[in-house]
Amino acid sequence: MQQSRRSVVRAGGALALFAALGGALLRPGRALAAWNKSAFEAKSAVDAMRALGMANAEESKDIEIRAPDIAENGAVVPIDITSNIPGTTSISVFLEKNPFPYTGTFDFAAGAMPFVHLRAKLGESTPVRVVVAAVGKFYTTAKEVKVTIGGCGG
Amino acid sequence: MADPMKIRATVQGDVADVRVLMAHPMETGQRKQGGKPVPLHFIQTITAQLNGKTVFSADISQAISRNPVFAFKVKGAKAGDKITVTWKDNKGESRTDETTIRGGS
Repeated sequence: MQQSRRSVVRAGGALALFAALGGALLRPGRALAAWNKSAFEAKSAVDAMRALGMANAEESKDIEIRAPDIAENGAVVPIDITSNIPGTTSISVFLEKNPFPYTGTFDFAAGAMPFVHLRAKLGESTPVRVVVAAVGKFYTTAKEVKVTIGGCGG
Repeated sequence: MADPMKIRATVQGDVADVRVLMAHPMETGQRKQGGKPVPLHFIQTITAQLNGKTVFSADISQAISRNPVFAFKVKGAKAGDKITVTWKDNKGESRTDETTIRGGS
């Protein structure tokens, strides 16, 4: 049972990738046209990664996350991400302790370098998890950010 | 109509450094005003083009900070090239702005 579900998840990921590649050829840019509602509404990073077909990401030291160790203001936490993995096509960000951890996916095409700077709201101290897609595989790493004042309540 | 974006693009060698500031409340749906929750209102998709060709795009959530700032880098760009950025939010509002890449100092 568990095994068959796994393979379905994996097949789904492969399919998504195939669609992504096909889409990229036909129309550069937004590879998967639709904003992935089920991933964005997932309440855990694991569920979101599963919805994106990234659940099998392997740990990598070739992803750099630059973010403060301690963020005084959780409403605006600057995060710089660089992937040193050859063939990187996208960077996804998950703020594991936020109510909805999946924060976004950034796609690179036609000369864009595998780097992104963003500013995010952190409800509380959380690992910032990054998943990189490169040549059909997923790689991941995380960095803990401590928050003294949360950014979600307003 | 939302306020225009501020886009700054400078080139060093053949790499353009692009920085975009968008004017948007990015409401999480969790904030309350006068006891009533403020509804979700946030940018969902972003597309950036270099001379009409998409180089950078994103799907994002309400966890991105208010008045979002993003930066990305594009290789193979030169001064005078055009950068166009479009965002679209969950209420169907959108905004497109463009700038010309300037030579770095």
